[in-house]
Amino acid sequence: MNTNKEIKFSDESLALVHKLMKRYPEGKHKSALLPILHIAQAEFDGWLSAPVMDYVAGILNIQPIEVYEVASFYSMFNLKPVGKCNIEVCRTSSCWLLGAEDVIRHIEKKLNIKVGETTVDGMFSLKAVECLGSCGTAPMMQVGADYYENLTLDKVDNLLQRFKSDGKRKSYTDKAEKRSL
Amino acid sequence: MGNVNPTQTKQKKGLFNFMGKKILLKHDHIPGIRSYDVYRQHGGYSSVEKALKTMTPEAIVEEVKKSGLRGRGGAGFPTGLKWSFLAKPEGVARYLVCNADESEPGTFKDRYLMERIPHLLIEGMIASSFALGASTSYIYIRGEYFYVARILEQAIEEAYANGWLGKNILGTDFSFDLHVHVGAGAYICGEETALLESLEGKRGNPRIKPPFPAIAGLYACPTIVNNVETIAAVVPIINEGGEAYAQVGIGKSTGTKLISASGHINKPGVYEIEMGITVEDFIYSDEWCGGIRGGKKLKAVVAGGSSVPILPADLILKTANGEPRLMSYESLSDGGFATGTMLGSGGFIVMDETTSIVKNLWNFSRFYHHESCGQCSPCREGTGWMEKILHRILEGHGKMSDVDLLWDIQEKIEGKTICPLGDAAAWPVASAIRHFRKEFEEYVQKPSSIEDVKHYYRLHEEGTIS
Repeated sequence: MNTNKEIKFSDESLALVHKLMKRYPEGKHKSALLPILHIAQAEFDGWLSAPVMDYVAGILNIQPIEVYEVASFYSMFNLKPVGKCNIEVCRTSSCWLLGAEDVIRHIEKKLNIKVGETTVDGMFSLKAVECLGSCGTAPMMQVGADYYENLTLDKVDNLLQRFKSDGKRKSYTDKAEKRSL
Repeated sequence: MGNVNPTQTKQKKGLFNFMGKKILLKHDHIPGIRSYDVYRQHGGYSSVEKALKTMTPEAIVEEVKKSGLRGRGGAGFPTGLKWSFLAKPEGVARYLVCNADESEPGTFKDRYLMERIPHLLIEGMIASSFALGASTSYIYIRGEYFYVARILEQAIEEAYANGWLGKNILGTDFSFDLHVHVGAGAYICGEETALLESLEGKRGNPRIKPPFPAIAGLYACPTIVNNVETIAAVVPIINEGGEAYAQVGIGKSTGTKLISASGHINKPGVYEIEMGITVEDFIYSDEWCGGIRGGKKLKAVVAGGSSVPILPADLILKTANGEPRLMSYESLSDGGFATGTMLGSGGFIVMDETTSIVKNLWNFSRFYHHESCGQCSPCREGTGWMEKILHRILEGHGKMSDVDLLWDIQEKIEGKTICPLGDAAAWPVASAIRHFRKEFEEYVQKPSSIEDVKHYYRLHEEGTIS
């Protein structure tokens, strides 16, 4: 758990953070908060603990509450630990019309967890999310940076298998492995 | 009806500069168009050359006005007019912010455009920023599109390396920096003032207008916020002239529109259409949606993203006066909300005869409840109640009076909130009841598919982490 070790960005991340802060005018560096929180979430085990948020507040020289109130507003920030693969299935509109609920049920059964839960081995979490802008390739799910589209239950099975044997944590900031459009 | 000949589509004469009807996606089929070299080989960045070397900022604004271009994000406000509202106090920075937050359910055209032809947006940002006098601009892209943000970042690097961004572009006095800014998951950040709040590193709570962003926007400086597609359209407008652009399309719906087609159709995808083709052609022609899946019947269409009124098959194909309904701002809104809808974002969701309108509405209402920022009581409370009542109806515990109660709630939300999310939540409810009231009453009398709903409601209860 990330609360047990010293919270400090890697040199590479810190350089990126400072580069991002320079994108905004003098005195407006708080603008970099969302991009920095993405980096923090990717670096510190996929979620934002209070100490991580305090650390980010320190970097931006703002009050911790300014970070908490923002982190809790946006759906992509996890305020609790999640599995290495946080599976986000779109449940809105066209995805719903074309079988999103079947996909969600199938994953629940396959992983033996409910939406909002994490598998005991810490490998998978399942989340139902709102429209991800992939309506023409519905149903779909996002894992880390990648969109997996035109899903069938077989496709889902193969993906789960692949994620498991790969065993790596997936982050939004990763390089995407495929593009479908 | 399945084989409507696309050549029957209403055409306009005199499109000498716009061969075919594709303007933004003209080069979409060219391999490698995502890269700078290929994009440049096909005339990329010529609008920046023309603008910086031969035009004044005022002249560009004038061309955009002449083009009749209207905001492609959903509201359809004339872009040139919006630009002319920009305050220009001495010594104060001005900003252009591109709204790439695309999160209106049913809409995925901006993602397509940015992913396929990122340099078109960058070119549009440079030329538009020159016109507006902005020396730094931002592309605010929704966080889920992280991989698209990477594509944009790479394209921006290429543009810097080739002298299109940075100091003294093309040896002129114009210096300009462009940055990508990623959001983190919030539908409301597509509303322009919420987007600006978010860009300032805050919660995405919309601001009270006035002041409008054109007077006090990003960092309280004069700011123009435009959708991706709108900014991309500035490129052909500068290249070919506003008048040439205005010759494409129909009436006040000039130019082309990117339509995101999804749902129960044979060929979902992003289509660039000339405004003015018929809805019937768009749905049934093989050039576009290719008809309804499995040969089923069309039941209803949400024509412009989840927020716009849903229309039953007869009213989406023909107006109340029996005229063919066209893909244009005016024709889609013909008849007002009583019998019409809106072009909106162009998120075209097609539903076949097997679709339950009540369940679909519940899906939409849950979305708006989830996405309400909570600032205004009518929206925060009302969206929750609408979702709950719809759930009650679907679970078999509905009362006949619930339909009227839903109507009453949506009326009390519409127009009574700081931002249009309240309206966006109200309109689907109002239109579904207006056109499909019988179906709601049938659900009250004879509920069906209750198991599905129970399951989904549980997902909502347990799955909503945010």
